[in-house]
Amino acid sequence: MMRHIIAILIENESGALSRVSGLFSARGYNIESLTVAPTEDASLSRMTIVSVGSDDVIEQITKQLNKLIDVVKVVDLSEAAHIERELMLCKVRATGKDRDEMKRVADIFRGRIIDVTESSYVIELTGNGAKLDAFLQAIDSSLILETVRTGVCGIGRGDRILKV
Amino acid sequence: MQLTGAEIVVRCLQEEKVDHVFGYPGGSVLYIYDEVFKQDQFKHILVRHEQAAVHAADAYSRSSNKIGVCMVTSGPGVTNAVTGIATAHMDSIPLVIITGQVPSAYIGQDAFQEADTVGITRPCVKHNFLVKDVKDLALTLKKAFYLARTGRPGPVLVDIPKDITTHKCDFHYPKSVTLRSYNPVVKGHGGQIKKAVSLLLEAKRPMIYSGGGVILSDSAEQLIKLTRMLGFPITQTLMGLGGYPATDRQFLGMPGMHGTYEANMAMQNCDVLLAVGARFDDRVIGNTAHFGQVSRKIIHIDIDPSSISKRVKVDVPIVGHLPEVLDEIIRQLEAVEAKPETRHLPDWWKQIAEWRGRNCLKYTQGPDVITPQYVVEKLYEVTGGDAFITSDVGQHQMFAAQFYKFDKPRRWINSGGLGTMGFGLPAAMGVRFAHPKATVACVTGEASIQMCIQELSTCKQYRLPVKIINLNNGYLGMVRQWQEMFHGNRYAESYVDALPDFVKLAEAYGHVGMRIDKPADVEPALKAAFGKHKNDLVFLDFIIDPTANVFPMVAAGKGLSEMILAEDL
Repeated sequence: MMRHIIAILIENESGALSRVSGLFSARGYNIESLTVAPTEDASLSRMTIVSVGSDDVIEQITKQLNKLIDVVKVVDLSEAAHIERELMLCKVRATGKDRDEMKRVADIFRGRIIDVTESSYVIELTGNGAKLDAFLQAIDSSLILETVRTGVCGIGRGDRILKV
Repeated sequence: MQLTGAEIVVRCLQEEKVDHVFGYPGGSVLYIYDEVFKQDQFKHILVRHEQAAVHAADAYSRSSNKIGVCMVTSGPGVTNAVTGIATAHMDSIPLVIITGQVPSAYIGQDAFQEADTVGITRPCVKHNFLVKDVKDLALTLKKAFYLARTGRPGPVLVDIPKDITTHKCDFHYPKSVTLRSYNPVVKGHGGQIKKAVSLLLEAKRPMIYSGGGVILSDSAEQLIKLTRMLGFPITQTLMGLGGYPATDRQFLGMPGMHGTYEANMAMQNCDVLLAVGARFDDRVIGNTAHFGQVSRKIIHIDIDPSSISKRVKVDVPIVGHLPEVLDEIIRQLEAVEAKPETRHLPDWWKQIAEWRGRNCLKYTQGPDVITPQYVVEKLYEVTGGDAFITSDVGQHQMFAAQFYKFDKPRRWINSGGLGTMGFGLPAAMGVRFAHPKATVACVTGEASIQMCIQELSTCKQYRLPVKIINLNNGYLGMVRQWQEMFHGNRYAESYVDALPDFVKLAEAYGHVGMRIDKPADVEPALKAAFGKHKNDLVFLDFIIDPTANVFPMVAAGKGLSEMILAEDL
């Protein structure tokens, strides 16, 4: 069972997202995260799906995705060198001695504090999923007020280009 | 000149040379029906329930390879049609379904007869569209017809809000359409075909296994040529029957859950398996792990890449349109000097003859109680093996598949994938519209027939002389069989009490009804139905042995060679 990052170019039509998510639920495939937004070409959306499955299952997933009429291209990014990034916004309690400590940990993780009140920070952090997890583990969990993560988006390295 | 959306719908259907539309009117399609009324290029067939409209359009397509077209209203019109759409989807039947929708401004307001049609049907169509602007209407319908018939065929639905049918725009029907996201493969991969050819030439225990793809792609001719050239045994799935003549010696019968002993044993024990337009369905292969216990090389030709290595890993995948791929294989076989490995073939045929010798479909027809197999055999004889046979789902379906020997494609019309009871009668109507002079019989049971019995009224309206072969055992026969075999004879809700008098029922609808309860009367009744009552719809209610079971049987989850045979075998 391997974690795969699947990138999809899909016609930017209404209902396109539900065709993809419906496929995953109908066929019992796992989705760890799914992100979607229009590309520089407004007629196309790009999706990144993280899924865990055996090679056979991932092969079926890519075939079934390709079968959707609106899907233009499908690539399993994890087949070769690639970069993945995720954005997290994390609201933490920042009072007393925790206030300095929180700033220090955010710096170590190259996070940025983008909202400050007397008692809280919002920290913006990008990286791969593991880095974001590591950050959450590095801080005292009782100080976490709220987190939101975008899910992974990914891109191939160098000459690997996903374009129509 | 500007046309309304409703006029555009009708013009598009005319441009596509549609000659029959099966449907049922309602509020949101009223403008379209108004335009249907004003024209006479295609005929509208009014059914009695939307499910039947889709089944009829479906069978119209199955029996003719034209695209079936149906039209229903929003809300309940659509939800009633869903069973029919899912049936067509599972068997890859090209349909265009036009559905009315509440006016654009009402969508999402829980309006009267509103349903999220695109959402409800999404998992059971090849594709669907909601038309948001009348300017997109003609192109969308063009795309629908194009998508339905190309690649792996399937139903395509176009949902049209009522206001769009009144809006106006210029009409232009494109001659062709391309979609950047949709490019089905046609030609098979040359290297893979080469590999396939050399495997076929080296095979010691070869087997051909063909499915519905052969029928859908009209490649029976190529399949017959290839099979005869190679001299290999062939089996055909429930969906593939008729692709290769069933009366030919090389045909071993159907494989799978109720397949023949010889077909299943040959599937299991072959060393090279050529799968042609078949998808290794659970009812065909049984337990995949058990199937995998024997090592064999598998060549799989299919138009749909996702059908390949879905349930069973294959060695030589060939994605392409069957006629082209089969032609290429034939061409390459003709080009090579070496003939197939003929030294071992006689041994293989000897082994198959031994399996055949079990005579697994044997049954005994005594003097008192009619057996269902006997009825189907007599039906075959009386119709000269040349009728279109539709069926519902259950024991009668399996008996029809086992005992009516189909020699031509598109003669056997049944719901294989979804297994939809209620399919048979509306399907028979669809066939008759596609082939107005053909002999059409619907092999059914007293449970299935009641699921769309209202269509007897449609048959009367359009004078459709369909023959209904009702194998009446008073039980949901297949359910009863499973309960007998796997649930300790506890016949939970499988006995159908209070059956109607089918003879009177048929007469009430204006048809001819007959009840047959003696074996000696079977043949005369059939002869009368297809003879003096040729032009009538005849409902033949055969009172059959309620204990008859379908054999051989591979129980669910068991291996193909783990067959249960009839007791006296």
